[in-house]
Amino acid sequence: MTLPASAPTPAAGAGRSLLDVQNLSMRFGGLLAVDNVTFEVRRGQIFAIIGPNGAGKTTVFNCVGGFYRPTTGAVTLDGQPIQHLPSHRIARLGLVRTFQNVRLFKTMTVVENLLISQHAQLEARLLPGLFKTPKYRRAETAALERAAFWLEKVGLLAVANREAGNLAYGQQRRLEIARCMITHPKLLMLDEPAAGLNPQETRDLDRLINELRAEHGVSVLLIEHDMSLVMGISDEILVVEYGRPIATGDPAAIRANPKVIKAYLGEE
Amino acid sequence: MPRTLIDALLAAVLTAVLLIPIFGLRIQVDGVNVALDRTPTPVVIAVVAVFLLRLFKRPLQRLWASWKVPGSWRANSATAALRQTAQHPRARQALWLLLLAVAVIWPFTVSRGAVDVMTLALIYVMLGLGLNIVVGFAGLLVLGYAAFYAVGAYAYAYLAQQFGLSFWLCLPIAGGLAALTGFLLGLPVLRLRGDYLAIVTLGFGEITRLLLNNLNFLTGGPDGIGGIPRPSLFGLEFGRRAKDGGATFHEFFGLDYSGDHAVIFMYLLGLALVLATLFVIDRLLRMPLGRAWEALREDEIACRSLGLNPTVIKLSALTLSAAFAGFAGAFFAARQGHINPESFTFIESAMVLAIVVLGGMGSQLGVVLAAIAITVLPELAREFNEYRMLAFGLVMVLMMMWRPQGLIPASRPPLTLPERAEAAR
Amino acid sequence: MSGFSFLEFVQQIINGLTLGSIYALIAIGYTMVYGIIGMINFAHGEIYMIGAYVGLMAITGLSLFGVDSIAAILLVTLAISILVTGSYGWTVERLAYRPLRNSPRLVPLISAIGVSIFLQNYVQIGQGARDVSMQPVLTGGWRFGPADGFQVYLSYMQVLIAVVTVAFMAGLTLFISRSRLGRACRACSQDRTMANLLGIDTDRVIALTFVLGAALAAVAGVLVGMYYGLVNPFIGFIAGLKAFTAAVLGGIGSIPGAMLGGVVLGLAESFASAYLQTEYKDVVAFALLILVLLMRPTGLLGRPDVEKV
Repeated sequence: MTLPASAPTPAAGAGRSLLDVQNLSMRFGGLLAVDNVTFEVRRGQIFAIIGPNGAGKTTVFNCVGGFYRPTTGAVTLDGQPIQHLPSHRIARLGLVRTFQNVRLFKTMTVVENLLISQHAQLEARLLPGLFKTPKYRRAETAALERAAFWLEKVGLLAVANREAGNLAYGQQRRLEIARCMITHPKLLMLDEPAAGLNPQETRDLDRLINELRAEHGVSVLLIEHDMSLVMGISDEILVVEYGRPIATGDPAAIRANPKVIKAYLGEE
Repeated sequence: MPRTLIDALLAAVLTAVLLIPIFGLRIQVDGVNVALDRTPTPVVIAVVAVFLLRLFKRPLQRLWASWKVPGSWRANSATAALRQTAQHPRARQALWLLLLAVAVIWPFTVSRGAVDVMTLALIYVMLGLGLNIVVGFAGLLVLGYAAFYAVGAYAYAYLAQQFGLSFWLCLPIAGGLAALTGFLLGLPVLRLRGDYLAIVTLGFGEITRLLLNNLNFLTGGPDGIGGIPRPSLFGLEFGRRAKDGGATFHEFFGLDYSGDHAVIFMYLLGLALVLATLFVIDRLLRMPLGRAWEALREDEIACRSLGLNPTVIKLSALTLSAAFAGFAGAFFAARQGHINPESFTFIESAMVLAIVVLGGMGSQLGVVLAAIAITVLPELAREFNEYRMLAFGLVMVLMMMWRPQGLIPASRPPLTLPERAEAAR
Repeated sequence: MSGFSFLEFVQQIINGLTLGSIYALIAIGYTMVYGIIGMINFAHGEIYMIGAYVGLMAITGLSLFGVDSIAAILLVTLAISILVTGSYGWTVERLAYRPLRNSPRLVPLISAIGVSIFLQNYVQIGQGARDVSMQPVLTGGWRFGPADGFQVYLSYMQVLIAVVTVAFMAGLTLFISRSRLGRACRACSQDRTMANLLGIDTDRVIALTFVLGAALAAVAGVLVGMYYGLVNPFIGFIAGLKAFTAAVLGGIGSIPGAMLGGVVLGLAESFASAYLQTEYKDVVAFALLILVLLMRPTGLLGRPDVEKV
């Protein structure tokens, strides 16, 4: 089902804070890549971070997801501080992400990609698998069923046994999203999901993101350059430039903000 | 033309610089007198060859490209055919069955020496399959695999000698101890970049050899441990006479005593262990754990982003891999009857690594064939023994350049998706 | 009694510094290559071994020509040895590593171990597997301490090792910090892709790194040859392992770290062989490696390395 992009229906429990980022800074040697960024993603929200290239958006993602240890600042997911946790622990708490240049397990098949991301939920112990206990078989079947469900959802059922690296670019992007969604995340972080997609694929992506929120109750934090996508889909937007936040607000407010206009027009 | 000439001259000079100190001159020590022997011929030949090859590089390349015969020969060569068969699941299955049938019947038709060599080959198959877990599937380089092999061998030798424990009891203990060693070694290292594992295991291999040589009370020092008992078949021994009132195999079945029985029994036992190894690893690969190993090899960052703990997964690969080395070690000690530190040097680790690299990292069938080839070929051509390690080194470099996936690359079995996809949520 | 053990202590420091200089020279080759292409060059120990062989040959050759000035022997030997190992460093990189630059991490690592095995056996075929020994070129030294008790011995050769090591380290430091190529080296170790975009010929810089590392390994090889007067095709294996430990100890990727790590390892080993059993000195080095990885994986002077996500 398609939802009008401008008027999203908030999922249950909407409005409560899901991700809270306070005074986040990240320094690489002499470069302050992220400078005192603060924002909050509420449950059920689609939140976008925009800004010129090199503004530090992906660095924010890496700090939030535990891939970088932030220099200063606090990150809280669902009331729990996470800035000191390793990335896999953060993922298990329900915060998963896609990557700017798609990171699939390229020589493994599409289904296998989806099975791997269910690793945390599956019976990974040695002996049940070696002896194929009924419980193990049930878990594996259920995992395959979930994989089939998500493949159908993103339209990849037909290529289920293809090597992931051989898919078309748009398909790879969709597989990456499915791979995240199959873990039942609370917050889905998308790093430039529309990069390299054609206009039709971008429209499909817009619909898919809305559908994920409406049907699966996931909140979304995204970085994007495609302004039509961002303006249409987001509830709230944060603009960063040179690592510093320069504005936040809903799409209409951002569009009218003189600082944002200057940052963008000054760039191009 | 002048450019090519200069290029060729430079290459020739470089070749001369490289080869003169190794093959052109030789330090001759005669008491207190030291002299330099000059043997210019090989260097001159090499320099001229390099010069000509570089000078006529273009025409030679064109000639190679236009030469149709080798092209078609390459496509039809044995490896290509094998690769093609290996890619069809049916053909693969048939190939496995054929191999198995041959493996079981074969020892009854040949000499004792041949069976004995083949038993050794089976040990290397086991080692290759075990190392393949960590190198081929998890993508971590282990350079001291022989250390885990040694732990297994010495565990059986020591327990059998000191406490008279049977092979069948010691086999799991040997595997467990080797696994524990792998676990303890991996614990501090695997949190870090995977590369460190290579150097740490290399060091560990050396240390193990040193300890085996020096901890005399435990390992018997350089002499090692002798008189290791052979395994029995459900209590039936293979000696001429049974020790302390047990039964022997030939008496029980009313056969004449023959030394062949023991040799063939060891071979079949090795074969059974190899089959068990193959089965377990094959299962592992279809399990979440095995999938996670491969995923980790592909992209560690993506794994972390999906909630997989890389340290735990790497550690499980190393631990299991070490366990198989332990099993192989116990079997080796049982076959030899006598072990000493010389069987567990770096050369051993390098040989197993060569097996994995040649067989195709991640491919079981490839590793089996490579292990057999690498153990049996030197037996057939002993005069080339001096060049064996040289060839291993060269093979590793060349394989990485032309076929990093090995002669027989791994294949991916397709998974059938359940029909009722809609029911799942 | 306490003075007695103090002198023994001083002796161990002298021995440790000598050994440490050698390790430091080899460790720089590991650390530079790791800093730029993130690869453990397993063949580096073998390059050092070749350097030692060439050193002994050159000394033998010079003595046949009747050259007996220490300075002349040292300079010519170093020059010849550096020329040969530099060529090996360049050739190995060109043939065995460069074609694999964009492969998965494991691929060049296996190639490197292949090169190491190859070179070891190749020298064994050419020169035989047995020890080659020769008379020391430089003998004698100073003795300090009571005539009837323990005397500290400082040989001329130990002083020479220290002086040559310091000279080469200083030269390298100057080269890296001042010259154009040195700057390019530093740029590449920061960010190879970016350096490439800025017009630095990264292939050339990488080749240079291998040649520089090999040259320092040759210096170490020549000094060891003169010090112990003994080489065989297997000395590179354990020395390479130790030197890599030194590089990790100091912080891999850091040149001053490699120098410091070498000295620390040399001292540790020297004390271990004096106060424990000699057989266990290699165990000490290895235990140190594990300990560093446990307590301080970035080493003494290393910076935490940030993975590019």
